[in-house]
Order: sequence, then C-alpha cells, then structure tokens
Amino acid sequence: MNLDFSPEDLAFRDEVRAFIAENYPAGLREKQEEGEEMAKEDFLSWHRILAKKGWVAPAWPTQYGGPGWTSVQRYIWSEETARADCVPILPFGINMVGPVIYTFGTPEQKERFLPPTLSGDIWWSQGYSEPGAGSDLASLKTKAERFTGDDGKEYYLVNGQKTWTTLAQHGDWIFCLVRTDPNAKIQEGISFLLIDMKSPGVTVRPIITLGGEHEVNEVWFENVKVPVENRIFEENKGWTCAKFLLAHERSGIAGVARSKRGIERIRQIASTELGDDGSALIKDPMFKRKVAELEIDLTALEYTELRTLAGEAAGKGPGPESSVLKIKGTEIQQRITELVLEAAGHYGAPYFRGFPTDGDNAHPIGPDFAHRAAPTYFNVRKTSIYGGSNEIQRNIIAKMVLGL
Amino acid sequence: MDFNFTEEQSMVRDTVASFLRDKYDFDTRRKIVSSDAGWRADYWKAFAEELGILGASFSEELGGLGGGPIDNMIVMEEFGKALVIEPYLGTVVIGGGFMKHSGYAGAASVIEGIVGGTTTIAFAYAEPQARYTWRDLKTTAKKDGSGWVLNGHKAVVVGAPFASHLIVTARTGGAQRDAGGVGVFLIDKNLPGVVTRDYPTVDGNRASEVYFENVSVPADALISEDGLDLVDRVIDEATAAVGAEAVGVLRKLHEGTLDYAKQRKQFGTAIANFQVLQHRMVDMFIEVEQSVSMTYMATIKVEEDAAERAKAVSAMKVRVGRACKFVGQNAIQIHGGMGMTDELAIGHYFKRASLIEGLFGSVDHHLKRYEALSFDAAA
Repeated sequence: MNLDFSPEDLAFRDEVRAFIAENYPAGLREKQEEGEEMAKEDFLSWHRILAKKGWVAPAWPTQYGGPGWTSVQRYIWSEETARADCVPILPFGINMVGPVIYTFGTPEQKERFLPPTLSGDIWWSQGYSEPGAGSDLASLKTKAERFTGDDGKEYYLVNGQKTWTTLAQHGDWIFCLVRTDPNAKIQEGISFLLIDMKSPGVTVRPIITLGGEHEVNEVWFENVKVPVENRIFEENKGWTCAKFLLAHERSGIAGVARSKRGIERIRQIASTELGDDGSALIKDPMFKRKVAELEIDLTALEYTELRTLAGEAAGKGPGPESSVLKIKGTEIQQRITELVLEAAGHYGAPYFRGFPTDGDNAHPIGPDFAHRAAPTYFNVRKTSIYGGSNEIQRNIIAKMVLGL
Repeated sequence: MDFNFTEEQSMVRDTVASFLRDKYDFDTRRKIVSSDAGWRADYWKAFAEELGILGASFSEELGGLGGGPIDNMIVMEEFGKALVIEPYLGTVVIGGGFMKHSGYAGAASVIEGIVGGTTTIAFAYAEPQARYTWRDLKTTAKKDGSGWVLNGHKAVVVGAPFASHLIVTARTGGAQRDAGGVGVFLIDKNLPGVVTRDYPTVDGNRASEVYFENVSVPADALISEDGLDLVDRVIDEATAAVGAEAVGVLRKLHEGTLDYAKQRKQFGTAIANFQVLQHRMVDMFIEVEQSVSMTYMATIKVEEDAAERAKAVSAMKVRVGRACKFVGQNAIQIHGGMGMTDELAIGHYFKRASLIEGLFGSVDHHLKRYEALSFDAAA
C-alpha cells in the first residue's frame, strides 16, 4: 500500500497544469464565470483543443487515439481539469459510444466513427430512455424492422420515441437501443443502432426542466431509414453493448474531482458570506460541521474510487461495484448544491433566466454565486435519477455484489 | 382539548378552496406567473369583495370577521395547495399583524384598506449582510423635523412589485446589531427616493431589491421607534403562517407522488408495489403529518408570551423545514425524469417547498434559537 504519487506522476501533473493554463479558452472561462448558457461551440472549443493535443479521450487505447495514460495519470487529469474549472468533455461520444464502437464494432465502423468522435465533428446523443422505459430500460419499444431498399441494400425502418435526450438539439448522430425482435425475451430482441439525426423522420422536441433550462429533449423517429451497417455488434445482442456502456457511464459518475472543487467553492463562499452572528458563515459551527461531513464522505468516496481504479489497472474492468460510486457520488453532488443554496440565504430566491444581471451596478441583486444556486440545486436532483436511478443501483449491488 | 374548526373557520376554508379549485388551476397559475404583472389584481379584489377572506383574521371592532391566527392558517394552507402568488402573507398576516399589535394611530384606516383589498403591503426587513438576524440593520432612519429620512438597501422584498405600501425596519438609534433602536415604518411605495429593482423569484413569485435614497417620510409613518419585540412577534406569526402554507404544499407533493406511483408501470407493475418506494412514501406521509401537528401547535401558541411563542414557532420551523426537504426531494425522485420537468406541477411544489425551507430562518437558525430559549435561558 502506498498513497504517494511517483516523481513521474508529479511531473505529469505539472505538465497538465501548464497546458491548461496556456490553452484553456479565455472567452469560455468568462462565460462560465458569468454563469451564461453554453452554446454548442462553447462545449466544443475545449474538446477540439484537447483532440488536437491527443488528450481528449484519456481512457481510449492508443491504437484508437487515446494518450496511453496509466489509471493514475487519468486520475490526475480529472483532478486537474476539475481544479481549473474546465468545462467537462461531454460523455456521450468519448465515454459512451466510443468504447462501444472500439469494443464491439467492425473495422469499417471504427474507421468511420472513431476519428470524428475524437475530433468533435460528430456530436453524439444517447437514445436509451423512453416514456415507458426508464428504470426498466429493457422494456423499450422503439422498433427497427429489416427491409430491402429499392437499391437492393438492407435497412432498418425505425419507429418510436426516445426521451431525456441530453443536448440532442445539437446532435449530429444518436446511438439507440431499438427492438429488432418483438417475440424474443425482453432483453434479447434489442439491437444497438447508430442513427444520423439528419435522416428524414427524426424530430427533436425540447423538454424544459425545473430551473428553466433546455437541456433535455424528446427524439421522435417516424419511418426513419437506417442502413444495416450502422448496427453495432450482432442483431438482437444490443443488450450486451448496453450493459457494457452502463458500467462505463457509472465509473465516471462519481465526479470526485468536481465535488472537491465544489467543496472548495463552498469554503470560499462561506468565508465571505456572513452568518447569523455577523461573522463569516464558515465559522458557524452548524454550517462548518456540514461541510466537514461532506469532506469526510468525499474522502471515503475518493478512496473507494482509487481502489476501483487500482483494480482496473490490475485488469479488472469496472464491475457492479461501480454502482457504489454512482450512489455516493451523486448524493455528494446534491449535498454540495444544498449547501450553496443555504449559503445564499435570501438571495437564493431571485431568478435570473432571461433577466439582465448587469447594467445596474449601483443596485446589485445579491452576490454573483447566488444567481445559479437554486436552479443548480433543482437541476442536480437529476443525478440520482439518470444513468440508472439510485434505487436501481442498489438493486444491482444487492443482486450482483451481495448475491441476494 | 379540541382540534376541530368552528363553523366560521370551516366556511373560510370551503370558500377559499372552492374559488381556487375553479380559478387557480395549474395552467392558470402558469399564466399568472409568466404575465407582465405577475399576479391577478382582479383576484385580489375578489378575495376582498366576493370571498371576504381578507378580513377573516381581524377582530370585528377592527372591521374584520372576528377570527385570528387560525384563520390565517386556514387561508395559507389552501394557498399552499394552489401555489397562490397573491400577497396574503405580506398584506394580511404581516401588515395586519403590525397593525394589530403596535397601537399604531392609523391602524384602523390601514386595516380598512387591507380588508377592502385596496392596500397591499410588502415587508422590507431583510438586509444583504444580516442573514436571519432581524435587528442587524444598516438601513437608517434619521429624525428630520417632525418626520424621518430613510437610507439603505433591503434585500429580496417578496411581493414588493404588487405592493402599494412597504413596512420597513430601519435603525432609529443604536449600533448596527443592537436590540434597541429598531424602528418600524409604514410608507407609501411611491415616495420619492424609493428605488426598486424588480425581478422574478425561482418559485414563480416577484420580489424587489428596495433602495432608500434620502427618502423623506412623514411623522405618521412611524409604527414603532423601538420595535424589535414587535418585529419578532410579527415574524413569528408570519413563520407560523408559512408553516401552514408548507402543509398545503407538502400535502400536494405527497398526494401527487402517491398518484404517480400508482399509475407509473415499470418491470410489469406499478412502481407503488415496490416496497422500497412504499416505505419512502410512508416516511413522506409521517413528515407531512408531523408538519400538520407542529403547525397547529405553533398557530395556537403564537398568541402566548414571547418566550413560549418563539420556542413553539422555532420548533415548528425546524420540523417543517426538514419535511420540505425530505418530501420535496423524494417527490421528485419517485417521479423520476418527469419530476424534473417544468411541465408537471410537482416540480413547482418542490421549488416552493425549497424556498420555504429558508424563509424567515433556516433549520439551523431555528434550531439555534430553540436551543437558546430551551437550554441557555433556563441555565
């Protein structure tokens, strides 16, 4: 047992820090600080810079364009990017469909989809949940029926609806679980399809969430023609890809580095905001205790994740234990937003969407940090719902880890 | 021992409930929230003239129907169920409270305006630096001839955009955090030098930052020159009323969640059949029931002596604040993605519950206050 970084790792950390300091787009930083909504190009600008450097997909094997980092280097990378408040790289291409394609795809599929996924030229959306298939994902109904086109080629005709599709308003392609055999057992008639969102018959409709954001969408498919070569892995074996992908999604979901940054931010906020007695809020024993408990729980999560990473380095893929990371990680993220809202006091109430926040500097409306406190608290409730709700994660642990 | 309502009180409840059922459904509320005005002045008029509820909590000699805090509780609970925006809390509970308890010379005519629906009041008490310490005041009131001059900044004055008048706390003497020298003024919102910056709130209401820039107010604006006890009393009453509103909100959160869990099917069955969710909904139920009990207790004790009253209200707010968090968060969780949408009412109840948690003091604030009253004072 050894908790120290090697000299090589420390040198790597310095290199990463220097790179971020020199290359992170200043305009993007400004937008983040102002709490402005991110446009498509905002998400992509940092992605493209990292793609050029070869650092955008830390976990990918080198043959597909990964940097060949050790698990410790990947850990350092996520720490440093969170510490510097870099916008997160969207997971749909890099963490989700990319690994599915290089694990299950044909050489042609890898050639066609992996390079533009890395470069950011394909913006991927995830077509999993449906109105009737949330926690019970395998009950999905979107159907794909085989037919031979006028050109003599094989196609699927896709009909159905996906929902909660994050940022699909920007999507170029969507990876979908579709039912290809309605008569098979529930998990066996599913296939994994890549669909060009510019295909005729694809419609994206916005869903507005609690904080007023347009972050998720409904995606409708009406007689959408999809070439059979866009299917990943065997027909009716899509559930294998789905399970593989869910495990990947869960391993990143702990968000330890971001939560560390979140707690650091609370400490900053609470050192300037005043408590009931007129001294800094962080000196309030009750508030301080909550921050301390958060830090302790985050430490427990961090070392649990490090053990998982060490296991991965020894050749054990992310298993059902990663459900622990999802549950504790999301609970901590949620508690952080609760404390920020609490620190905001009265100024948690004002709502700024579509409201000019500058222009009247003589009459400010509360501290800047407070402007997003409540909407963020509302928004982050999603984390214990998405990616397999925390109830489902507990079912997974009960069944797969405890054998109950 | 009697937890029953009188015939008059039941009538107030039925009148309010039936009006809101007909005219304050979720879609109507959505339109009110997104309208330019942000409230329905015609509804306010209806509350005064058709329903007569604005006078329910005033004594008959003051032109009311002879009720008190229990009537406020009833109205606020029904308002909570419909997420009503209109400023009953600021005008009747708080404005009315100051008029009832202060011996203010102009009280009768102000109450006449409140009951008649022509006077609407917002309470400018919070300040950016003060958190939940009401006596922490940077706003000053300086004697000027027979009148006063106000300067300062009041934070998040809920309902100010709808108000004809403001009740303002300002320091008439003493240092920033002294108990003495807390002045209370009733002023016309349109006085020169009152600068408001209006904005929506996350739960669908409207509020203002209110700045006083050398505002000259007449002598008869002064409700109390040294009124911290009065302020504490009125805020305790308002807190009890907010507890009642929370009860309305919590009941809807719980009911809505039960309904949803019974109809939402996953894994071939209604999710209400899963024991883990059943227990969760039972715990939500227990939170709601305890909130009801505490709100009754606090509403009854709000008329007792200051220490008893403060202890009861703080105990209530701790329980209700915790219930708002637990019931609100789990309502969203059990609704899954649907709970996250703006389209369903459930999320709007959650947002209101979330703000009630911190209104007139967070759980921590009231726990500390309770401890001080219950342990330190006795020692």
